Amino acid sequence: MAGPELAIDNLHVAVDGTPVLKGLTLTVRGGEVHAVMGPNGTGKSTLAQTIMGHPRYRVTAGTVTLDGQDVLAMKTDARARAGLFLAMQYPNEVSGVTTANFLRTALNARRDSKDPIRLKEFRDELDQAMDILSIDHGFANRYLNEGFSGGEKKRNEILQMLMLKPRIAVLDEIDSGLDIDAVRIVAQGVQASRNPEVGMLLITHYQRILNYITPDRVHIVYDGHVVTSGGPELAETLESRGYEWIRDELVPAGEGSRA
Amino acid sequence: MATRQQLVSDDYEYGFNDGDVGVLKFQKGLTREVVDEISRIKQEPAWMRDFRRHALDVFFKKPMPHWGADLSALDFEKIVYYVKPSDRQGKTWDEVPQQIKDTFERLGIPEAERKFLAGVSAQYDSEVVYHNIHKDLEEQGIIFTDTDTAVREYPDLVREYFGTVIPSEDNKFAALNTAVWSGGSFVYLPKGVHCRIPLQAYFRINSENMGQFERTLIVADEGSFGHYVEGCTAPSYNSESLHSAVVEILVKEGARMRYTTVQNWASNVFNLVTKRAVAEKNATMEWVDGNIGSKVTMKYPSVYLVGEGARGMVLSIAVAGKGQHQDTGSKMYHYAPHTTSTILSKSISKHGGKTTYRGLVHMAKGVEAAKSNVKCDTLILDEQSKSDTIPYTEVSDSRVEMEHEATVTKVSEEQLFYLMSRGLSEEDATRMVVMGFIEPFTRELPMEFAVEMNRLIKFEMEGAIG
Repeated sequence: MAGPELAIDNLHVAVDGTPVLKGLTLTVRGGEVHAVMGPNGTGKSTLAQTIMGHPRYRVTAGTVTLDGQDVLAMKTDARARAGLFLAMQYPNEVSGVTTANFLRTALNARRDSKDPIRLKEFRDELDQAMDILSIDHGFANRYLNEGFSGGEKKRNEILQMLMLKPRIAVLDEIDSGLDIDAVRIVAQGVQASRNPEVGMLLITHYQRILNYITPDRVHIVYDGHVVTSGGPELAETLESRGYEWIRDELVPAGEGSRA
Repeated sequence: MATRQQLVSDDYEYGFNDGDVGVLKFQKGLTREVVDEISRIKQEPAWMRDFRRHALDVFFKKPMPHWGADLSALDFEKIVYYVKPSDRQGKTWDEVPQQIKDTFERLGIPEAERKFLAGVSAQYDSEVVYHNIHKDLEEQGIIFTDTDTAVREYPDLVREYFGTVIPSEDNKFAALNTAVWSGGSFVYLPKGVHCRIPLQAYFRINSENMGQFERTLIVADEGSFGHYVEGCTAPSYNSESLHSAVVEILVKEGARMRYTTVQNWASNVFNLVTKRAVAEKNATMEWVDGNIGSKVTMKYPSVYLVGEGARGMVLSIAVAGKGQHQDTGSKMYHYAPHTTSTILSKSISKHGGKTTYRGLVHMAKGVEAAKSNVKCDTLILDEQSKSDTIPYTEVSDSRVEMEHEATVTKVSEEQLFYLMSRGLSEEDATRMVVMGFIEPFTRELPMEFAVEMNRLIKFEMEGAIG
């Protein structure tokens, strides 16, 4: 079977009646890492939430397909089982549910109900994934994200990605609020998952994490759509010239006057 | 014999009944003659009969409580006050009438007994039909028997304590229980004896319009330790049944007692129970109280902390679904210095159900350095469901420490989205949030009960979405 392909075509999305995405087009294939960059408020997180099917985000036009399958017709859980994954910017806390219990339930949700994962196999995989992310094994018995530091929450997101082995992973600002060591560890986890069977969409405000993860493509999003795309050098240009540069040179006069 | 009916309701798995299996069933209604007849059948001593008669007078005099749940559908004239299911009590399950044995098999009692219990008492309607205790516990002087037998075999012990923690005058339903009580458990833990594995009682109502009035008395002597567990179920009928128990516990100096309940009555049962313990110096009383079933439950397990350094704990969970009202809580009375109490109440309402936390913390004069901590957490699953928190405090001493915290949460869209984004269906995601919410409760149950509790909650949550 060929690697996965997530195709986003002319996507328009409104949040509480306000248009945020205005014709965004982008395709990610297995083995590729695409960085999506842009100033705050241009629709990067909206893209992430829409791909995963958050009920607050209403698609008004365009399509999203995974290997030709209509993603927008699926409920969030069906999207996950089809192979989509979203590492969230603000992961929720679930009291009383251990991280291990949650992960096992999530893994079993995508298996035949008559064939749940064996405890030993699960534990081994979990230990391995935690080692990659330098996570203490006791972490597995803590309640999901409850009382976690910002860095722990982000690591937990990547841990889930390593365990659930998605086909397309969207990582929403997985580097925000992290110190440099934490960024490095999180990036290690992302690098460890790179393979021809998974495509990644790395949403980030800063170039910093791209020092550890070299993207195949970089897309600059502004005012709800991609204004330019290029190779890894585009991120460096952005870093040295700042987002002002986009406004001044890439956005035609008269556009980009956001509320 | 009647053929076994399988009236399993849509949403209550223990709703089947065994037909009319009783060997003796009273007419409906409550009179002096009913009380005397119960006492006569049991061949009780005169003091107990008089105790009953007095309680009946108190019951008739006391008005219905109007401060709590709606009890207007409860008609005392339509209740059967005594049903004897069998002529004898079994010490092995083979001695129990087949049909009744089958029911308890279906409820998993004999299996649980084989696996992890120190002793089991199984009550069916008015009488205990099976009773057994491990030999080695008996040899240590532990008494675990049904209360009727205890009146005959340990009259001095029973007479010394019966009705001392909860007198008939306490409330209308305590009076009712005292007048018509039948069955229940009597437990005595001798000084310094530790009973490490739980003793269990299981209460099953079978007959329609039945009133079950078991009476439990536990005495934990100085320095002893014990854990008593009870479970309850009943068939689903269209008319009301009444379960009105009284549980009295004395925890002597340095002793520790835990009483765990997982109540799963059918949704036609009024569950009006008085539970109270007295904790002496450095004694610890713990109530772990789970209320899943019933039409209306009014139950406020309480602890009288009468000795210096006594500790009281109540950990409770209430789940109210369609047409159900769980009016539950706890009362802690601090009568000595350095006493501490902790109440953690968790409630879940769904499908239009209603939960009320009603609690009292009383600090008497002179209870220097007493401490109390009350926490009420509520989870509401839909817009039709309701929850109230009514905490009372009475403080007569300023040298005490009191904390109260209450939270109300709804399962949030964000939380569901997060869990569903990992592949869990909406139903599984909701269930996971609910299981997490009650985890502080299930954590305290013996492992086998925790498994059962989780299973019950999962069962309750089925169809909770949509």
